[in-house]
Amino acid sequence: MLALTDLIIKLVVNNMLDLINVSKTFYAGTVNERKALNSINLHLDPGDFVTIIGSNGAGKSSVFNAIAGAFYIDSGAILLDNKNISMMADYKRAYDIGRLMQDPMKGTAPSLTIEENLALAYSRKAHKSLFALNKRDSEYFRELLTRLDLGLESRMKTKVGNLSGGQRQAVTLLMCTISLPKLLLLDEHTAALDPATALKILKITTDIVAESRITTMMITHDIKDALALGNRTIMMDEGEIILDIKGEERSKMTIEELLTYYSRERKKQLTDDRILLA
Amino acid sequence: MTLLIGSIQLGLLYAIMALGIYITFRILNLPDLTVDGSFSLGMACAAVVTISGHPFLALFIAILAGSFAGLATGLLHTKLSIHPILAGILVMTGLYTVNLAIMGGKGNISVVGSKTIFSMVESMVVVPGGMGETLLALSICIIVIAILAISFKTRFGLAIRATGDNEDMVRLSSINANVSKCIALSTGNACVALSGALICQYQMFSDVGSGSGMVIIGLASVIIGETIFGRRSVTIGLVSAAFGSILYRIILAFALKIDMFPAYALKLISAVIVIIALSGPSIKAIIQQNKIRREVQTVKKAQ
Repeated sequence: MLALTDLIIKLVVNNMLDLINVSKTFYAGTVNERKALNSINLHLDPGDFVTIIGSNGAGKSSVFNAIAGAFYIDSGAILLDNKNISMMADYKRAYDIGRLMQDPMKGTAPSLTIEENLALAYSRKAHKSLFALNKRDSEYFRELLTRLDLGLESRMKTKVGNLSGGQRQAVTLLMCTISLPKLLLLDEHTAALDPATALKILKITTDIVAESRITTMMITHDIKDALALGNRTIMMDEGEIILDIKGEERSKMTIEELLTYYSRERKKQLTDDRILLA
Repeated sequence: MTLLIGSIQLGLLYAIMALGIYITFRILNLPDLTVDGSFSLGMACAAVVTISGHPFLALFIAILAGSFAGLATGLLHTKLSIHPILAGILVMTGLYTVNLAIMGGKGNISVVGSKTIFSMVESMVVVPGGMGETLLALSICIIVIAILAISFKTRFGLAIRATGDNEDMVRLSSINANVSKCIALSTGNACVALSGALICQYQMFSDVGSGSGMVIIGLASVIIGETIFGRRSVTIGLVSAAFGSILYRIILAFALKIDMFPAYALKLISAVIVIIALSGPSIKAIIQQNKIRREVQTVKKAQ
């Protein structure tokens, strides 16, 4: 009976990710006390592509860290696909959450080959096999790499350490999405790349997300990108979500309006030397 | 000739220890100092069981004991967040007492007169001049390398290799890096203990102090192997570590033979070999930097 109600809830309630009153304070009780997340409430539908903006220290990465399990939250709850994952170990959450960091070095193992890196990431959902590398998977990897259009399909035996930052980030992107996670977290994943490469990686990102329909959250410093990509934009400041727009409201929003809104709401300028205004 | 064969035999038996060191130092990228203790542990276990008349069982008990020693270090490191070097030293120090206890409180026991796998092979196979022992050592070495090489091609083996390379990435791929670490440390120390057990049966005695300095000797073997074969795949790495061990023993035997060094210089030589090998890259960098500096200075003078 309980299972049936669960099923009905699952069918009726369209939830992919829910943050309910999530709070996190670092160094509580000391002079260094810092509220990283202040009662965050957030609801994501399946297939949502949310862009997140905000100045340094606004809590953007903290939200990702909380969801991915880099730290445990102090209060509230995190539900992924209606399952409470608040107290789950980070590596267990990673089964359903793909995360891409800013640093291209972080997401790949440099002394393993491209193929081995992909095989490792794929072990989440691959068919059971004793050996990590096998023909069937290799064909699949080759196909995925061909779609990147970076010529990596002919370099599957190359060590990832020999690739450029952009190529590594592209491989990491594949690794994050290869097992079709329920949620994809992109933490300024193009910020460490040169503009041309960044553009290319962003294009690959949107292509993969559009095709796989993975629910995605993307932190960016480029306000133009934030408004242009995805279907929803969130602005954060001091551990709170101060703006959450989608649909018509979002499509009408301009960069100037966004900045004006910020200074009116927070009584200060959106100061961040890394924010790109154009 | 006897000297050469003796060194090859010793080299093959110590090669298994070098494989263990290769797993922890190179694949897992974790300096594991448990080795000094687990080598003696393997010796002690093997000595006691061999004396009771079970030379084969002795090897299995040693492997089991060694893997527990490695697991202990792994758990101290992963569950209690103790620095891996300190965790290894703690286990190694504790094992000294354990080893003495296993040997009934004596620091040195003799296996002379008991059946060992070497004496059994000598009596079974009729080959002249200690060839049987060499073949036995060689086949054990090949079997261990084969098992390890295949293991590191499995999904779990790949996870261990990746853990040594980029732990964050392993966790992001939904693999428990702590388990990989513990299993790798276990495997490494099982190899080391097996090597200790074989040395015990080969030399017909077990000494509580024979493990000291084994980390450096093993590392020297790994590095010698790498200078010859280069750093390539894991399989080649395992084979090269074994070759390094044999070469190390041959070099050592001849150095001692021609009275270049006294016998007690063994550990200092090992340490120097490792220092030279490890300092290679930074010395190269200093030379390169000096060259650039000189060039830059001449540019200034020209202006």
